[in-house]
Amino acid sequence: MASGSAAKAVGRGSAVGRAPKWVRRFVGNRAAVAGLIGVLLVLFVSIFAPLLAPHDPAKQYFDGLTLEGFPLPPERPFWFGTDLLGRDLLSRVIYGARISLIVGVAANGVAVLIGLMVGVAAGYFRGVPETVLMRITDVMTAFPALILAIALAAILRPSLWIVALVIALVNWVWIARAVYAQVLSIGRREFVEAAGALGVGTFRTLVKHILPHLVSTLMVFGTLGISTTVLLEASLSFLGVGVQPPTPSWGGIINESQSYFLNAPWLVVFPGVSILITSLSFNLLGEGLRDALDLSERR
Amino acid sequence: MIWYLAQRLLQAVGVMLGVTVITFLLVFLLPADPARMIAGRSATPATVASIRSELGLDRPLPVQYVSYVKGLVTGKMGRSYAQKAEVTRLIRARLLPTVQLALAGIVFELLIGLPAGIMAALKRGTGVDQTVMALAFVGVSAPQFVVGLLLIYFLSYLLPIFPLGGYGTPLHVILPAITVGLAGGGWYARVTRSAMIEVLRQDYVRTARAKGVFPTKVVFKHVLKNAVLPVVALVGLDIGVFMGGIVIVESVFGWPGIGQMIWQAIQLVDIPVIMGGVIVTALFVVVGNLLADIVYPALDPRIRYS
Amino acid sequence: MDTETSNQTGRGSAANPPRAAWLGRTGIGRALAALVVLTFGTALAQQGGSAVVSFQDDVSTLDPAIGYDWQNWSIIKSIFDGLMDYVPGTTELVPHLAESYTVSDDGLTYTFALRDDVKFHNGRPLVAQDVKYSLERTLDPATQSPGQGFYFTIKGAQEFVDGKADEVSGIEVVDDHTVKFTTTEPDASFLHKLGLNFAHIVPREAVEAADGDFGHQPVGTGGFKLKEWVLGQRIVLERNPDYFEAGLPYLDELTFQVGVDPNVAFLRLQRGEVDILGDGIPSARYTEVMADPTWSKQVAVGEQMQTGYVTINVQMEPFTDVRVRQALNMAINKDRIVRIINNRAVPATQILPPLFESYASDYAGYPYDVAAAKALLADAGYPNGFDTVLYAYNVAPNDRIAQAIQADLAEIGVRAELRTQAQSTVIEAGGAGEAPLLWSGGMAWIADYPDPNNFYWPILACASNIPGGWNWSKYCNEDIEARAAYADTLARTDQHAERVEAWRSIFVDIMGDAPWIPIFHELQVSMHSTNVTGPKEIFVDPMHIPVHYEMVRRAE
Repeated sequence: MASGSAAKAVGRGSAVGRAPKWVRRFVGNRAAVAGLIGVLLVLFVSIFAPLLAPHDPAKQYFDGLTLEGFPLPPERPFWFGTDLLGRDLLSRVIYGARISLIVGVAANGVAVLIGLMVGVAAGYFRGVPETVLMRITDVMTAFPALILAIALAAILRPSLWIVALVIALVNWVWIARAVYAQVLSIGRREFVEAAGALGVGTFRTLVKHILPHLVSTLMVFGTLGISTTVLLEASLSFLGVGVQPPTPSWGGIINESQSYFLNAPWLVVFPGVSILITSLSFNLLGEGLRDALDLSERR
Repeated sequence: MIWYLAQRLLQAVGVMLGVTVITFLLVFLLPADPARMIAGRSATPATVASIRSELGLDRPLPVQYVSYVKGLVTGKMGRSYAQKAEVTRLIRARLLPTVQLALAGIVFELLIGLPAGIMAALKRGTGVDQTVMALAFVGVSAPQFVVGLLLIYFLSYLLPIFPLGGYGTPLHVILPAITVGLAGGGWYARVTRSAMIEVLRQDYVRTARAKGVFPTKVVFKHVLKNAVLPVVALVGLDIGVFMGGIVIVESVFGWPGIGQMIWQAIQLVDIPVIMGGVIVTALFVVVGNLLADIVYPALDPRIRYS
Repeated sequence: MDTETSNQTGRGSAANPPRAAWLGRTGIGRALAALVVLTFGTALAQQGGSAVVSFQDDVSTLDPAIGYDWQNWSIIKSIFDGLMDYVPGTTELVPHLAESYTVSDDGLTYTFALRDDVKFHNGRPLVAQDVKYSLERTLDPATQSPGQGFYFTIKGAQEFVDGKADEVSGIEVVDDHTVKFTTTEPDASFLHKLGLNFAHIVPREAVEAADGDFGHQPVGTGGFKLKEWVLGQRIVLERNPDYFEAGLPYLDELTFQVGVDPNVAFLRLQRGEVDILGDGIPSARYTEVMADPTWSKQVAVGEQMQTGYVTINVQMEPFTDVRVRQALNMAINKDRIVRIINNRAVPATQILPPLFESYASDYAGYPYDVAAAKALLADAGYPNGFDTVLYAYNVAPNDRIAQAIQADLAEIGVRAELRTQAQSTVIEAGGAGEAPLLWSGGMAWIADYPDPNNFYWPILACASNIPGGWNWSKYCNEDIEARAAYADTLARTDQHAERVEAWRSIFVDIMGDAPWIPIFHELQVSMHSTNVTGPKEIFVDPMHIPVHYEMVRRAE
């Protein structure tokens, strides 16, 4: 990432100049700062949604639709246009940030964590744990999540946490297999074997020698996965598992309007760009932090 | 290796059994009545009960499961509740198109993702890298339905280059494969890039460079082979997952894949078809992951299986 | 992938009751039908050509005893025939495979004289034995026919189904071209039931040769026969040159392409690759199409025998109080909901659609009056409203309609939690009596045949107030049940007016109990390319939904 004049600007004398090295490296990285701003923006919007939203996201305006029932394009007083029920899209996108954050960051985060543990355990310890874990991974990949979602929707009270659970249950296999592949390769490197010979504890070995090599991959899954998870949440809520109408979520808005894309593109563009900005921001922030803290360089 | 394969084969049986049991349980957990769905709305309770009994749905669950597995062993998957046709026949009709789309999709994922990821890693920190990264995010964030619709609208409708969906010629598979490839390609690009950067940092790579080994050779011999490991993992998973059908793409492009069949079966609670679809998926998941596991030692000879 | 289109529920019919009894006796009916056919077609000159129909869902089966969804219903009608049928584009019942028929004075015996010029697609002529075989096949539990229950009024049917007899005594083959039905009690809708697909005639040898797969190898007497079926892709039908209706069908070949998304189908229509949108106009393009002068000419709009309604579970608190139910009825802004679906429906005041003769045109139903609704609720003891749950089918536009209903209910203080789920689970919840409120859209009632009793027995009768039954409001009024049973015995032509009035007052009185909130009556909308043409009515045929394929012809 380019550092440029920002680095010089924060150089001497300022508060940042006296800050720890990693902060300075971070601030000097334009992309990382952009990411931080993006994340803070999304957080801000989701926390202060009630204050920011110009309208009630659930209010269906009789005049929010044309006489033939078609949504309105972006134009005052609906700055993002209206949706298929005549509701203000801007307000819905603002409120939708909460769902997307919880699902995209938390649920995805849990999936990454589970996948990490499974992949490392299988790839490092080999033998029986490897077989058992990898075969479980096979089963979970073939597992019909759709049916689980429908079953849960009918049995339990729909809630966001069930969605998060289903997402975590389903997505971890990708991280597990990718991590497993990398750990297989790392695990045999000379220094690891040497460390093992020296009697260094397993956990320490894992953290100090294996984990740093995985950080980049984990970063990718943790941030790119936000987009995929947000869209997945929409499908699950559609089946009745997660947030129920009229609670808005970005994926949900896209889901219900995507066939209108050629005629009412604003319905997909605004939430879609929001998803993009969110996951991109987290990625820039994450990579910026990683570079600044020099995580994967640590030996 | 033979011993390893034999072991994996045995384990595959276990995986298949596991998947079928879980799916069976799940399907019956669904508060939905297949007999009621077939009988329709005007049926008398007697008709519904009669249909339920004809389908063997009034037997205890374990009995139904054993009977089903017995059928599987002899190559029979039962008859669809809604269509009354044999499930094996229904699957066979859709198998080839599903394979074609899955393979074409993976090819495009690699075509789009690998070069982009490699380029981004080599030109790390530059504008090229940032552009590729941003594009990857766009690819992943764009809903497949919208991408498909856009592709059809611009490249099939406005400019009649490709057919308006459907199946039959190689030309028909391109747009659907691109739709799949854009999202997956984004993933592949990012994963390749980070894995490459990771390998490029290794001491032994630095050493090779210091020794004056020609850069291209360094890249393509050592770096790529190791960097591509996680991508191989993803391809293995994609094989399995795609063979379960990609409903959205099939639906937009009118591609006669298994995904649409399974989706409709779930709506109708057509249990034999659901089970058949899940079994096909499980089979290819096992195959896909096995292939990936076999490829790892080829890429990194230090990886061995006991 | 369940793109929404203009045909959400599909089937419907118009209201005329069977005056056919008289017509059948004198043979004028058939002449009239032929005349209608001829006036519709400048026939023979327009024969030939092919057409393509697009569908998103795969066709499940073409077995007339089994097929029961709106998609395969009319395809089956093109391949098979029944003793009775309806004049194209209308709901007027006329004899079809039967040349004429007589009904005994006690209304229990129907004697049909079959035409002698009908051949199956395999070449064999139709005989009376085939009629008996087909109906016994539908009644046979092994066939798993959804329509089995319609024919229990035939004498001996119950014994046959129970396995106590190996034939149905009430169906008698008098000779090769005469078949006699005896019913256990007068059944005013019996002739309609013989017009259902479940009573369409199939040849035994073809069924047995297909070995359980007759649904994919249909052989019938209809205007089209099966030429090719590529599973998951297309069904190709070709003209039956031996079809007994002279001049029909017009088309030489009819192709059904499946798996086509409605938005893409629309693009293909514009290119001329698709001639009829089987799923209707995609909702996203609807307003655009109707506003376009060229396109709107290719659209046909028709009424259906359909009502979309919210069921109120009358056995659950607080809905046990009729005032609460009435309050809900007054809380819904039906005009707004109709606007949300692009005016593709007519707001409903009552249970029956306007096309029925028994429709009470002077009955205004419950007005949209939020203040009055709140007052009623307060009266019933809920001045601050209450919490409840509204179930709905998750496929668009039903989730939107449900949200609109939810918003309207909130205005009077009824806070409804919305549960949009897969259809099978919603149906299950409704049948089990777990759903306090249920928006029936997507599963909304369309009459199987154009008789008012079809709007009562399966969905409002005490008899269907059973676990799993389709009477989701769990409504049971014994008094009305008795009146309904009586109305159905009025089978004679001279009792017709009395019957119409009986059903009219029944449904008005049910509205007084308010077990439902009727919201709208959906219109059928279909669009065809400029390559095909025909009378508008056949593109929105109430009985051959969505299109009466035999009447479609190439445009010049």
